Amino acid sequence: MHELSSEFRDALAALDRLRVETIFQKATLLKPAIQVVEELIVPVMAQLGDEWCSGQVALSQIYMGSRICEELVERTLPSLAPGRKTRPRQAIAVLSDYHMLGKRIVLSTLRTSGLDVLDYGRMEVDELVERVRADDVKILLISTLMLPAALKVKTVRKKLDAAGSRIRIAVGGAPFLFDRQLWQEVGADAMGRNASEAVAIVRRWREEES
Amino acid sequence: MMTPMQRVLTAMGHEEPDRVPVFILTTLHGAKELGLSIRDYFSRAEHIAEGQLRLQQKYRSDCLYAFCYAALELEAFGGETIFIDDGPPNAAAPVLRRGEDIDRLEPPRPGDCAGLNRTLEAIRRLKDRVGDAVPIVGSVIAPFSLPVMQLGFEQYIELLYGDPERFTRLMAVNQRFCVDWANAQLAAGATAIGYDDPLASPTYIPRELYLKTGHRVAMATLAQIKGPTAMHLASGRGLAIADDIVITGASALGVSTLEDLADWKSAVGPRLTLIGNLNGIEMRRWTGADAEREVKQAIAKAGRGGGFILADNHGEIPWQVPDEVLLAIRAAVDRWGRYPLEWIE
Ligand code: B12
Repeated sequence: MHELSSEFRDALAALDRLRVETIFQKATLLKPAIQVVEELIVPVMAQLGDEWCSGQVALSQIYMGSRICEELVERTLPSLAPGRKTRPRQAIAVLSDYHMLGKRIVLSTLRTSGLDVLDYGRMEVDELVERVRADDVKILLISTLMLPAALKVKTVRKKLDAAGSRIRIAVGGAPFLFDRQLWQEVGADAMGRNASEAVAIVRRWREEES
Repeated sequence: MMTPMQRVLTAMGHEEPDRVPVFILTTLHGAKELGLSIRDYFSRAEHIAEGQLRLQQKYRSDCLYAFCYAALELEAFGGETIFIDDGPPNAAAPVLRRGEDIDRLEPPRPGDCAGLNRTLEAIRRLKDRVGDAVPIVGSVIAPFSLPVMQLGFEQYIELLYGDPERFTRLMAVNQRFCVDWANAQLAAGATAIGYDDPLASPTYIPRELYLKTGHRVAMATLAQIKGPTAMHLASGRGLAIADDIVITGASALGVSTLEDLADWKSAVGPRLTLIGNLNGIEMRRWTGADAEREVKQAIAKAGRGGGFILADNHGEIPWQVPDEVLLAIRAAVDRWGRYPLEWIE
């Protein structure tokens, strides 16, 4: 799997769907598809996420790449596809902001990794607090691009605390990248610099829970 | 003592003026000065002009800033703007929803848009008041970055990779509009134009693709703008395209706080004036000592020999940044920005 991963990384960065698919098929001859996702796709996406943070790949590649992988996994592994079994206990929302791309990428990446998430779209504080309570969500992911929106996470946290909720909140988006203390200031439990870090956070928290 | 104009021009000629020029790029703070809501403030040219004059006096900034908000340009294309009480206005829904919308799109004329006319009128008023003593900085969103608001970011990335023909047509329309809008601001009295092109940054679009697309657009557009321009990546990274930016013909560049001013200085030397790169988001919680340290560091890295204007790294200081911080930044420039910069090792 290791030998394939640099090839897979390059194909994905080049947005070469055909090559991505061929490498994936080749890998499934060696291992069950679900393991290929775990050992090939998830780590390569994490690598690309790191490369985005350090400036080696561009967001357009991350976005297109995440869509390619999401599609591939949904097609070849419908059993991994979200929306069956039980209702997920994690949700993602864009808080009081009109910029949806960050959430879109995070959502694709979570789904590719086999994590099912409720997609709340765009919400204001009160609506989000209500929905999270009604759905009994345990892990809430919030994406914002504008600073005033990022600061509103504080109110979400306060209201959820006041309601006795023990939910965990992970945040991400540009303001948190520019001010590395902001996530703590607004009362989040974690901050992710890219979509793959969102996957790592959710997995960690789920393990801790079970 | 030099006027702000003399100071800025000297620095941009890569010589040392009396002190490092500083652009305190506040927009929304004008509403605070006038005791107005942000929406009211932007609704009249006289507010914007008065706000800018007061801010310039208060912070002793070396320019007046005519930029209002990015969504203004979407208004010219028929879009709407969403105002909030404690932050910058944002663009509402995209105006180009289907491919055919691009086929039919015509470049709007700046004079036909009330919002753009307000900016032009504000520039005229500012020019009346300051003449040639203080530079007036206008701004345009680059044809290559505007589609994020026109189409939505996802849709734009997909267009860029998937529909070169429509992409080319959209660029032609946006370029026409951008040139007209920039030249209208210059004609109204703007001294220079900020060309805001964050999508040029390799953080968003890979360099190879940028060179075939946004870079060509920038070259062609800047060539038709009848005044000096400053390329601004709106806090996106740019070192990997430093030489590409130089050949666009821009005279200055806005540097991200995510990059080192010293690296930029050695990459471009006297070919570009560097503007930046204080972290506007973090600034909100700076103490006086933080402000002084950051200012000192930026000047130490890029001040020598001119070619440097101290500013925030985005081209707009957030509403949440308190006056005291901005005044502390300004005081630190007086303290550490006097040429010659003998204190630098
Ligand atoms: C490109 C850009 C523009 C373009 C396009 C904007 C757009 N998207 O609509 C243009 C030129 C039009 C523009 C305009 C403006 N911009 Co602008 N822009 C940027 C820039 C360079 C990138 C923004 C972007 O869309 N990134 C793409 C998204 C997907 O990236 P992201 O949020 O970082 O998300 C990634 C990670 O953070 C993470 N992530 C995201 N969400 C989550 C959630 C979780 C749970 C996790 C774990 C991870 C995660 O994964 C994503 C993928 O890797 C940033 C600066 C920067 N370096 O980030 C400024 C920035 C967003 N802009 C800013 C501002 C203020 C504006 C304006 C309001 C300016 C004005 N006064 O008009 C306008 C608003 C435009 C509008 N839509 O109405 C500020 C916002 C902060 C603030 N000061 O409030 C920024 C941060 C610049 C700065 N440093 O201050 N802008």
